[in-house]
Amino acid sequence: MGLGFLHRHRGSTPYLLLAPGMLFLVVFFLVPLGFLAYQSLESGSIDFGYAFTWAWDNYSSAISGYGTQFKRSFVYAGIATAIALLVSYPVAYWIAFRGGRWKNLLLLCIVAPFFVTYLIRTLAWQTILSDNGLVVRTLGSLHLLGVLGQDGHILATGTAVVAGITYNFLPFMALPLYVSLEQIDHTLIEAAEDLYASKLTAFFRVTFPLSLPGVVAGTLLTFIPAAGDFINAQLLGSTTNHMIGNVINSKYNELIDYPAAAAMSFILMAIILALVLIYARAVGSEKLTG
Amino acid sequence: MTDQITRRVFLRRAAASGSILTVPGLLAACGGGKSSPGATSDTTSHQLAKTLHFSNWTLYIDNVKGGGHPSLEQFQKKYGVHVDYREDINDNPTFFSKIEPDLERGQSTGRDIIVMTDNSRYPALLVQKGWVEKLDKSAIPNIKNLVPQQRNPSWDPNREHSLPWQSGFTGIGWNEKLTDPVTSMGDLLGNKKLKGKVGLLTEFADTLALVMAYNGDDPSHVTDQTFNKAMNTIQKAVDSGQIRQFYGNDYASALSSGDLVATMAWSGDIVQLQADNSHLKWQLPVDGGDIWTDNMLIPKGGNVYTASVYMNFVYEPKIAAEIEDYVNYVCPVLGAKEALVKKDPAIANNPLIFPTKQMLDNAHVMDPTAVNNEKYQTAWQNLTSA
Repeated sequence: MGLGFLHRHRGSTPYLLLAPGMLFLVVFFLVPLGFLAYQSLESGSIDFGYAFTWAWDNYSSAISGYGTQFKRSFVYAGIATAIALLVSYPVAYWIAFRGGRWKNLLLLCIVAPFFVTYLIRTLAWQTILSDNGLVVRTLGSLHLLGVLGQDGHILATGTAVVAGITYNFLPFMALPLYVSLEQIDHTLIEAAEDLYASKLTAFFRVTFPLSLPGVVAGTLLTFIPAAGDFINAQLLGSTTNHMIGNVINSKYNELIDYPAAAAMSFILMAIILALVLIYARAVGSEKLTG
Repeated sequence: MTDQITRRVFLRRAAASGSILTVPGLLAACGGGKSSPGATSDTTSHQLAKTLHFSNWTLYIDNVKGGGHPSLEQFQKKYGVHVDYREDINDNPTFFSKIEPDLERGQSTGRDIIVMTDNSRYPALLVQKGWVEKLDKSAIPNIKNLVPQQRNPSWDPNREHSLPWQSGFTGIGWNEKLTDPVTSMGDLLGNKKLKGKVGLLTEFADTLALVMAYNGDDPSHVTDQTFNKAMNTIQKAVDSGQIRQFYGNDYASALSSGDLVATMAWSGDIVQLQADNSHLKWQLPVDGGDIWTDNMLIPKGGNVYTASVYMNFVYEPKIAAEIEDYVNYVCPVLGAKEALVKKDPAIANNPLIFPTKQMLDNAHVMDPTAVNNEKYQTAWQNLTSA
């Protein structure tokens, strides 16, 4: 298949260029997804084997039995996403507008913790939030421990789980924000100020709307993986803070109940998809693609 | 034993650095190639394979600096069989789900010996499914050294498929600097001074056995009624905020750091942690504890003869003593204590390693049918993952 072929079939070039990516998606996403769907409708047990029986009750019992964990996952992921946005926006703004020649170094600082593996970073929070540690003592003297913690500890509470998720996904928020803030044409802000907008008005009428693609990309990149996370809840939470990821993990690995785990994964995927569609509708889909 | 990196040193370091990870084992497992063991097609032959593939739990055999295992080297010298020793078992469910697909398809797992715990459902499941080979007992005359209490477990009544590697007790550990002695489950679950500083174990059988004994029920014979009663007792303690978390191996670091004041704990871990922190105490609860055993099994397709010869080798009291001196769990081999007295009397006379009859009488073996009960398992997962 030489250049001559491409020349003669010019119309097919885009498809040929797409082929590797599409093939990848089919082999590593669509096919496994099909297996997962098949498995989610099986019934039986590990002792006697599983068989395909159109067992839709895997879905209904997942929702009735684990509604709390589903809800908790989205609440934790939502809070963590909001905090990550509030924390990263000023940082990204400052780097984009005032970073000057230090820009690259500052960005590196945001990414640097990611050179350490996810698990180790999360385990470090066990030490940070330890009962005899600085955080707990400081919160104690500020009389905030009663609000954020439980019986004088932060570790093994929902607060610790949300803190862990926020920390672990922060760069996914900060980097897209930076990229869209970086691209803003400064003369537009100057123009707003020339037209007697205060700095604050200029920010809300010009800068923030222009950075929306970054906000959308950042929130999606943070919220979607955070909703399915189970490491933070397992290492920093207590049994009463477990998320749906923990349940799927225990169904799959401890109970060897593959159909239930598969059904839950599908429900999680469906809810996330629905939320993303609602979000896209609300902010306008052109923001998704920037 | 000055040049040995003992298990307790490792645990101490791990505890100091924050935790005992479950990941290195997983990584190690990923690295292990799936070469099929020597004589897959010829499992009854009395010829030794060139290599014995042995999967065990981390830090569960004698060890020297640089990663050598003297007992394995002696085995190689004596029989000319190289042991491919992999520490790729971190907990029973994860390991089982790793080998399950191969066994299901009737393929070799690439292993000749694996080690699984009898208070999980898996050893019984493996036997029931025919996924383990029968031992070649003609090659294991030393089976006579197996302690009598271990000879007839209900899931493998005549030890046709399994031999104990080590046993351990489940009891209560506490930090005496932070609390008065905690010697009963009632105290652990109800003492308000310990609120939010108490750990239970994620292992179904361990926690259930101790709570049932506390309730006055028999953990070796579980009924729906006694099971529900125990679950209620635990649920009440969870709801009241007494329980901080359900732990796996990681309770050790929480206990060392003071985040936990008292917790359910395994005997061998505490022996090792005490070396660093003499304030840690451990006891079987007054209302009764739990004893479990890790069993050597030959997964389908493993080389039976070579594996059996190895099992015979570790049932030599002298070899068992060498391994025990490092591992510090409960030894299943008669005569090992006598072999160890001269070399390391502190270990030989430690009742957590060579327990007294009174301790054994106070330790229950969890009902294996309860451990295999889907309904109970699901209820347990829902409680610990609510």
